Amino acid sequence: MSQLLSVRDLRVHFPTGRGGTIHAVDGVSFDIPRGQTLGIVGESGSGKTTTALAVMRLAPITSGKIDLDGIPISRIEGQELRRARPRFQMVFQDPFSSLNPRDRVGRIIRQPMDLLGLLQPPQRDARVEELLAQVGLRPELKSLYPHQFSGGQRQRIGLARALATKPDLIVFDEPVSALDVAVQAQVLNLIRRLQRETGLTYLFISHDLGVVRHVCDEIAVMYLGRIVEKASAARIFASPRHPYTQALIAAAPSLAPEHRRRGGGARLQGDPPSPVNLPPGCPFASRCPIAVNDCRSRVPTLRELAPGQAVACHLA
Amino acid sequence: MTEPVLDIRNLKVDFVTRRGVAHVLDDVSFSVAAGELLAIVGESGCGKSMTALSILGLIPSPPGRIVGGSILFQGRDLTRLRQSELRRIRGGDIAMIFQEPMTSLNPVFTCGEQIAEAVRLHQKVSPRAALARAVEMLRAVGIPEPELRARAYPHQLSGGMRQRVMIAMALSCEPRLLIADEPTTALDVTVQAQIFALLDELRQKTGTAIILITHDMGAVAEMADKVAVMYAGRIIERGPADAVLDNPGHPYTRGLLASIPRIDADPDADLPEIPGIVPALTDLGRGCAFAPRCALAVPACNAAQPHHVAMSRDHSAACIRLQANEVSA
Ligand SMILES: Nc1ncnc2c1ncn2[C@@H]1O[C@H](COP(=O)(O)OP(=O)(O)OP(=O)(O)O)[C@@H](O)[C@H]1O
Ligand SMILES: Nc1ncnc2c1ncn2[C@@H]1O[C@H](COP(=O)(O)OP(=O)(O)O)[C@@H](O)[C@H]1O
Ligand code: SF4
Ligand code: SF4
Ligand SMILES: [Mg+2]
Ligand SMILES: [Mg+2]
Repeated sequence: MSQLLSVRDLRVHFPTGRGGTIHAVDGVSFDIPRGQTLGIVGESGSGKTTTALAVMRLAPITSGKIDLDGIPISRIEGQELRRARPRFQMVFQDPFSSLNPRDRVGRIIRQPMDLLGLLQPPQRDARVEELLAQVGLRPELKSLYPHQFSGGQRQRIGLARALATKPDLIVFDEPVSALDVAVQAQVLNLIRRLQRETGLTYLFISHDLGVVRHVCDEIAVMYLGRIVEKASAARIFASPRHPYTQALIAAAPSLAPEHRRRGGGARLQGDPPSPVNLPPGCPFASRCPIAVNDCRSRVPTLRELAPGQAVACHLA
Repeated sequence: MTEPVLDIRNLKVDFVTRRGVAHVLDDVSFSVAAGELLAIVGESGCGKSMTALSILGLIPSPPGRIVGGSILFQGRDLTRLRQSELRRIRGGDIAMIFQEPMTSLNPVFTCGEQIAEAVRLHQKVSPRAALARAVEMLRAVGIPEPELRARAYPHQLSGGMRQRVMIAMALSCEPRLLIADEPTTALDVTVQAQIFALLDELRQKTGTAIILITHDMGAVAEMADKVAVMYAGRIIERGPADAVLDNPGHPYTRGLLASIPRIDADPDADLPEIPGIVPALTDLGRGCAFAPRCALAVPACNAAQPHHVAMSRDHSAACIRLQANEVSA
């Protein structure tokens, strides 16, 4: 299988201002084959968005390599980066702030084509109508403003804008978290249909396990800037091996009869440690129910436990 | 049968807007008993928060007004009380926690000071004793090193810890009723589970009645004894949690449950969708508000508001085809 996106040992560190370092992303590697979807899950602050922004070249890359279909996007700048831009686009979480309120929808969707000089200007408007239809909106809606649309419709507009450049890769950061379930189902079905029809490759971030199960082929679980487990969607839910993945799945609310009135079924205590002063050993040791002494001194590395399942835990 | 702590009957709230009168709440009735957890679910804008604000006497007025019905709390009708009396009940016998604790915590006071102040508002104790009680409350909600955290300012704590401070503050007055409006929406699942465990323990230990407002059916399954499903300002289905989740009657409830992406579902199949979007409350017709989106709608649905039809003990839904027994159970 040919890898469309390949990320190697990515690090994104931010200075704290008090001489410290925030290890937002700390040695992350993954590949996404063309036409497939990799999901990233993990708690708030684990580095999901920062990883996505680094792939989009919207966050400063401290070290590591990112290649998109042979283009070394982590190393190119200026004109070269601009020429590569149409090939990777992003859809953001907040359908309210990610669209300019003063622009009509047609202009919002046209903008990437204008900025990157795609198509002849007269053809761009026709393309806008085509894109609106593709995301299930009537073409005449292009003359309205974002505030005249519901949250779900705005996410469709964001998607049309991302599709405008005919990208190979779309990066989604929590695209349905702000939507009600009924609307969420509509948008998720649309995201999947577009992939079936056009062979797009997706990097898909969400904290909702049901959502990633539904759209992703492979899933990476992040904790404190690192991937702690990576496996196919089917495998990770059937046999999670990292204690954090296990806790995450156990805590996911579910309608199943055995979840009724269990009061949340809390397994993990405490909050994730600060990404500023990383603990010396396993980043999960302070909350891990099975931690041993060794965990607090030695960092576990990601190793393959079964074909296609890699886990970073000394005891897995 | 124990007397319900809260008994809302036929509550009606109107908002006067530029586009006309919106019936924000229409004929809303439900009750909660001591130690019971009622979940109110529905899409955003359906009136969940307005229900909570009505109980607290906090409907913004103008434009809002309670135009009918009663809110009986421990036998007293809250809709007839003066603001000064309501103020005494708020944060005392009735406490509330919100989605984003940062907006309801004061950034310039320490967490300990804020809980202590809440204690002194409703109990005659010295400042010292109130502070000691604050530390005790922080310990009770599972905050590690409570003496230290009592001296921390809200911004120095994580989201999960701030929500626990809010809960500690709400609990410090030993309320009979706790209203939690989407208390975990901003939190991670493992932290959400901790907060849920805390609420669950609370109602078991102190018999506090809880109203949990959420749009997450998973949260309902994990927490609720009873459920009320709202759509466009009305309760369209209510009943014991198991009955509503396993045997939903209203087409909207059915659609809502079916559209949730589940870990154990077939990932290759598309999610069942409810087409369309929620209607604006200013242009509701005379009939069922769900009709434009309902696959089972017939002309008669637009004629009048469907009445609640009993499905089983305490379980009912407002759909005319249920009445005619045309919705198969
Ligand atoms: N520009 C920045 N400057 C300093 N720190 C940053 C910056 N961007 C992110 N961080 C920090 O990096 C860490 C990872 O943040 P990131 O936004 O990637 O998390 P996330 O997994 O997307 O979380 P969430 O689920 O809350 O969206 C956090 O500790 C965050 O505070
Ligand atoms: N100040 C206001 N003026 C007019 N309408 C309002 C106002 N506040 C809320 N509403 C309307 O009341 C309805 C119910 O709102 P709310 O109870 O907040 O919904 P939710 O179920 O999301 O909590 C919505 O249609 C909302 O638009
Ligand atoms: S390495 Fe140790 S602390 Fe880390 S997850 Fe495994 S058992 Fe837990
Ligand atoms: S009353 Fe009619 S429109 Fe309303 S839910 Fe029942 S069948 Fe559907
Ligand atoms: Mg993020
Ligand atoms: Mg609300």
